[in-house]
Parts: sequence; C-alpha cells; structure tokens
Amino acid sequence: MQIYLPIAEMPVSVLLILGMGAAVGFISGLFGIGGGFLMTPLLIFLGIPPAVAVATQSAQIVASSMTSVLGALRRGALDLKLGGFLVAGGFVGSALGVWFFAAARRAGQLDLVIVISYVTLFTVVGSLMMKESIREFLTKRKGGSVRLRRRAGEHAPYLGLPARVRFYRSKLYASVIPIVGFALFVGFAGALLGIGGGFIVVPALLYIFRVPTTVVVGTSQFQIVCTTLVALILHAVANQAVDIVLAILLIVGGVFGAQFGARAGRNLRAELFRFLLAILLLAVGLRFAMELVVTPAEPFSITVGETRT
Amino acid sequence: MRALACLMFFLAVGPAAAETLITSLSNSRVLINSNYTGTSIAIFGAIGRDAQTVARATGYDAVVTVRGPSQYVVVREKEKLGPVWINQEQQKFPVAPAYLSVLTSRPIEEMTSDQLRQRQKVGLRAIIGAPDFTNTREGADRPFRDALYRLKAQEGLYVEDPRGVTFLTPDIFRAGIPLPATAPPGNYDVEVMLFADTVILARTITHFELVKSGFEQQVGEMARDWSAFYGLATAAIAIFFGWIASVTFRRD
Repeated sequence: MQIYLPIAEMPVSVLLILGMGAAVGFISGLFGIGGGFLMTPLLIFLGIPPAVAVATQSAQIVASSMTSVLGALRRGALDLKLGGFLVAGGFVGSALGVWFFAAARRAGQLDLVIVISYVTLFTVVGSLMMKESIREFLTKRKGGSVRLRRRAGEHAPYLGLPARVRFYRSKLYASVIPIVGFALFVGFAGALLGIGGGFIVVPALLYIFRVPTTVVVGTSQFQIVCTTLVALILHAVANQAVDIVLAILLIVGGVFGAQFGARAGRNLRAELFRFLLAILLLAVGLRFAMELVVTPAEPFSITVGETRT
Repeated sequence: MRALACLMFFLAVGPAAAETLITSLSNSRVLINSNYTGTSIAIFGAIGRDAQTVARATGYDAVVTVRGPSQYVVVREKEKLGPVWINQEQQKFPVAPAYLSVLTSRPIEEMTSDQLRQRQKVGLRAIIGAPDFTNTREGADRPFRDALYRLKAQEGLYVEDPRGVTFLTPDIFRAGIPLPATAPPGNYDVEVMLFADTVILARTITHFELVKSGFEQQVGEMARDWSAFYGLATAAIAIFFGWIASVTFRRD
C-alpha cells in the first residue's frame, strides 16, 4: 500500500516505513540510543530528500525515547538531576555545533567534515567498548569478578574537581565540571552530525562516570528527548522539512519497536549489552569509512536546491 | 531583438508555412491525493491544412517537450585525494527543469539536422548541452552535463522516447506524457513542434499544473505558513504516541 507524503512530495510504501520504524525503534529501546544515525541513511536510501529525512526522523526519536523515559521513570531507572545537567550543557554545545556547521558549509567541505567525524567518533567509541567487553569476558572466564561499580572511596581524579554534586540515583558524588563539559561535547557533535548523541552518552556514563547500567539508558533517553524536541521544532520553523505523515508512520512503528527493545534490554546481561552496542557502532563507523575509501561506482552526485514554480 | 527573433523564426519555418497546429491536453490540472503514485497525461494534436498548403513528399513528425518546474541543481564529482574520495569539482545548473521529457514520432536524429537541433533545442541532448543551461568551461562542463542527464534519467525524471508520439491518421497524433511520482508539484510547460522535411513548420506551447489537493495541500500550507504551530503539533503527536505506547505496554 502506497501513501503520498505531502512534504517529501513522493509516495512510499506504508508497510516498509512501519517496519523500518519498528526495527530502528527496537534498537533504540534496547541500547538507550536515539537511532537517528540508522534511520537517516535508510530514509535517504528510499529517495526521501536529505533535509526531510533528517528533520522528520527526529519526531520518531522523540516518540520512541519518550516511551523509554516514561518506563524508566516508573522503574526509578532515571536520574533526573544528572539528566538535567546533561541537557543544560547539551543546549550550549548544540548552539556551538550549529555555528561550526555553518562555518564548515561556507568553507565548502561540510560533507567531508561530517563523514570524517562519523568515522572517528564511531570507530573510537566502538573499539573502546569492544576492548572493554572482551576484557570482561576474559576476566570472567578466568573466574575473576567483573567490577564496574566503584568501591567506596574509589574515584577517578576528574570526578573530584570542585563543585561536587551528589547524584543519588546514579550512586555518584562528582564534580559537575566534567559532566557539563562532556554534555557540551555531545551537544556540539549532535548538532554537527544531526544526531541525538545517545551512542556517546551511553558509553560515557558507563565508563567515565561509572553510572549503573540500569540508570544509564533512562538518563540517556531523557537527554535525547529534550535535545531532539528542540531540534524538531527548529527544523519545522527554519527548514519546513518535517513531514507529518512520514513522522506518524515512523512513530507508530517506532514506539512499539522501542517497547520490545526495552524489554529485551532488561533480559540482556550487562556485558553482552555493551558488546552488542560496540559491534553496532563499529559497523556504522566502518560503513562510513568504506564510503570514504572505496572507489565510488558513480563519482557524480546531484544536490537539488529549492524548487521554483 | 524580439523582432529579429521573430524574423529568424519565420525564416527557419520557410515560405511554405501554411500548416497550423492545434494541440490539447487531456488534463490541465492534475491533483495529487494521498494515493498518488504518478500519472500519465495525454496530448492530442491536429495538423490543419488549407487549399494553399503544398503537398509534402514526406510525412509529418512531431516532437513533444515537457519541462517541469525549475530547480537549482549542483552536480559534484568525487575525486581521489590521498587515500580518500572527496567531492572536488562542482558545476551549478541554476534553472534545470525538475522534470524533462522529449517524446518524438521517430528517432530525433532522423528528423532534422544537428545544427537545427542545437539552435532550436530539440531533444534532451540539445537542451542539456545548450550554452545557456550552465556555464561552459571549455569542455570541462561536459561530464557534469552528462552526469545530470544520467542521474535524472535513473530516477525517471529525464525521459527521451523516440516512439512516444503516435500518428493516428497522417494529420492527427497523440502522445502520453509519463509523470513519475517523484516529479514535483508545480507548473509544467508542454511544447509541441511540427516537423516536415527537416524544418519546423509550427509550434504550440500549452501548460498543465500538478498540485497537491485536499489533505496534502492543507498540510503543505500549514508547514509553510504556520511553521511554529506545525512543529509544535508534530512534537505533541510524537509525545502523545510515546505516552500511549508506554501506557499500553505497562505491565510492571
């Protein structure tokens, strides 16, 4: 069954979009990430104009992350205080990212900046997580115990900087300086790459701040909902590129997928969870690296500006 | 200038221009609704002859050229720089038609001379190769013009069909203009040229309009004129669905 999208100005298959929404929603709910870095390329592949794809999938991220946030809130698996700091820092970072985006576009090498950032970010974060989870597997096999949670009195030095705040839910008593600094970076990268940044938040909360796995997903989703909501409205006002029909189809598929994903995530062992996320990130990073290195079958590409009637 | 152009036109047509051409579209306003998946518009043409019209040794040929709304298109070429492929050169096409099709009654090369095709922009190659289509850079623009044609043809947006026009009788012809679903809404110009003995005898220009209707139209207008409200509404829908799903699946 085909339906015509009023803003994208093309028809799409309803079942295909529902299925895509469900699949990306599942991954999103499972790992506590937004899934924008998966959905955007899929939509562009279907022939939807890039501006519409980027803008519209943010609506789906809002919806599927919203269900996760509400679920986490009920289970007490969400640290609102930590999330608040992340959101505040993220907004400032986003503003800087938007400015840098415009500067790179003026310099004429925006595409290159984006692809290289994707490759480095995904491969670095992915390999770090991969290394960590392989080490965990090995320690476990030897009979050793895996200890990710801090012992009392054990702190990384950067958490002991001034302006310390107690985050009860996250079992964290740490300086807000590294937290806000990190949130700035996530906001910056998110605005530059058009992603929510969940895939950076999740590993960072796990490894840098040693927040318990159960709280990580909910808190990351909270940060994603807030940033993506702002992005969605900005896209609608500035670019008029949000397609409400496409958004609803993606949302319907996405929210159900996210529910099943979140459920599957709860039954997953923590180290397996981290291992799978590492594989996903590495795969995406490699895909972008391939795009950069492999000889293209068609070296030419077209970019369409505004349609004048 | 205009007078000169007119004069040249009549010179090109020649003294035997007694044929008149009457064309009509099956539809001058095509509506897009929610199950629109592309369409086809028929154009009919009749050749009028009077007593003074000379007898033609060969039959008539017709060329139907359809141009969609103009777009600003940039074609970029990836080149190898060290280990990576990045976009290097680019060529801008400020007023490239979003949709372009040329339907003819037989292969265009058999119909008329190369020079006339170039001068009168008859056929896709001639239109895309025209000097005013993009800036000429001593031949460096050639691969970019070819790439535009190739990429647009892959999407079904640039079409050339040497059997697209059918003569029903020696004086009456019809053609079906294929409009793929990706052809954007807007105004379309349909130009019909009548050929005989390698010269243009007559030409007409008609138009049709591809417009969104009903729900699709309202959504488009909302998104344009009430963008803040539209964005907030989309956000509200997203939050609402998120909430619904979390309530539906609430088991714990």
